[in-house]
Amino acid sequence: MKHDKIERNVGILIILTMLAISAGGLVEIVPLFFIKETVEKVDGVRPYSPLELRGRDIYIREGCYLCHSQMIRPFRDEALRYGHYSLAAESKYDHPFQWGSKRTGPDLARVGGKYSNDWQTQHLTAPRSLVSQSVMPNYPWLSKTDLDYADIQDRMRALRVTGVPYSTSQAEYDKNVKEFGEETAKNLHIPDAEKNLIAQAQAGNFDTNPDKLTEMDALVSYLQMLGTLVDFRKYDDDYFAKFR
Amino acid sequence: MSQDNKKVTVETTGHVWDDDLQELNNPLPRWWIWGFYITFAFALVYWLFYPAWPIGNTYTKGIPGLNTITYVATKVDGTQETKTTHWNMRAKLMAEMNALRTEQKPYFDKVASKSFDEVSKDAELMQFVNSAGKTLFSDNCAACHQAGGQGKIKFAPNLTDDYWQYGGSYENIQTTITAGRHGVMPAFKTILSDQELSQVGSYVLSLSGEPNDTAAAKLGDAIFHGNKAGCYVCHGADAKGNIAMGSANLTDKIWLWPDVLGAKTPQDKLNEIKTLVYGGMDKGVMPVWGTRLSAEQIKLLTVYVHDSLGGGK
Repeated sequence: MKHDKIERNVGILIILTMLAISAGGLVEIVPLFFIKETVEKVDGVRPYSPLELRGRDIYIREGCYLCHSQMIRPFRDEALRYGHYSLAAESKYDHPFQWGSKRTGPDLARVGGKYSNDWQTQHLTAPRSLVSQSVMPNYPWLSKTDLDYADIQDRMRALRVTGVPYSTSQAEYDKNVKEFGEETAKNLHIPDAEKNLIAQAQAGNFDTNPDKLTEMDALVSYLQMLGTLVDFRKYDDDYFAKFR
Repeated sequence: MSQDNKKVTVETTGHVWDDDLQELNNPLPRWWIWGFYITFAFALVYWLFYPAWPIGNTYTKGIPGLNTITYVATKVDGTQETKTTHWNMRAKLMAEMNALRTEQKPYFDKVASKSFDEVSKDAELMQFVNSAGKTLFSDNCAACHQAGGQGKIKFAPNLTDDYWQYGGSYENIQTTITAGRHGVMPAFKTILSDQELSQVGSYVLSLSGEPNDTAAAKLGDAIFHGNKAGCYVCHGADAKGNIAMGSANLTDKIWLWPDVLGAKTPQDKLNEIKTLVYGGMDKGVMPVWGTRLSAEQIKLLTVYVHDSLGGGK
């Protein structure tokens, strides 16, 4: 087609421009939906419980992702410091994912269980009281602010639209029991979200203050489960290499 | 402007807008064009060596055998197998970790096979223990126990002194790191009155030679050893604590949960203790490291903490 004709016809120009600029993205992204090894086959990965989900929303609200990635790359130094590299499967229920390519603070993909609840609470409130050289801001309001979970069911329903298997009916619940086990399936049932959220906060006492249900409870419960779902001891240590 | 355009003798692209608006055709420099062509050639070579093109539900993995990685895999049952595969990041990491382990293996094997005392007396091995131990400590322990192991009042115990709440022997430290700890003191708010709290607090202060109300301390002694509060059940009749349950020794000058040494006046010191006894304490959580670190790493860390920071005497 002649250049002249394209430049004089705005419709054709728009269509051809869009094709040209999307080529790179299409070539890199679309095949991943078809390559069967993209998402590794692994046990243990489950959607977030209502409390963890609320914590994740606070994580995003406070902009934690601006300084912390959640993606351990398959490099020696990262393996030594953070542990096993992140799997695609581990963030399959993340919308949006928190991978990130810039770290001011350390990667958090496997921070779950590394520190006590008390450490997380103290550190979020006043990071320099524990790590003197830290440049992380203080988040003192988290343990003072009551957790607002009035819309937790809406939040779960929104994720359901993107394909996260939160259940609304008995049939869906039964399917989750089969896939994730009864204990997890209960936590994924939308009609029981408030009840489950409160129960988990009380059992876990994440903000080390049993009298209040705060935003700190939710955020710490989320941090404490990061990277803990897959038990890597159950797999040969090169099992995940075969997916690449 | 139209005057100037007419003088132009350089080749144009042939487009003409608005009667006389033209576009000059200045070719890119030759070297740049060639650089561009070379990237084509580079891509062709790259496709032969590395995973590149998606095809259906799989992708090209380079010419078989041209660019491979050989590594030793450890299976779940502990057996090892040497494997060769096409180049990919995850296999490359396997090979790199293999190389690292081979380098460190002689030392880790020695740490694993020798007794704690033997490791401690082996000066050459201790160089490795100190260097690897410092890294492990910084990555995993320093967040609570601080960079030099000096601990944090009201948070994590000092590891550089000779007092160990859960025991300072090699075996005790190894158990603590592997399985974690959870220290709890019950709250006495419903059991003791404010006056009784003051009395027991005075008694506790008297144990380590802090200024105290002697008359109150005497009454506190009875409460401490009495069955209503039963302080002695955990802290011992001699108040020297019990490493089996991690109850604190109250007769020394080391304080973790109440900041007695930091408090300025005798009244403040008393209040520190009263607050703790009143509300109890459920914060002494040390995470489990047995699932995060290997057994050799924990053993090495044990020797590092005991020898370089200061184990129990």
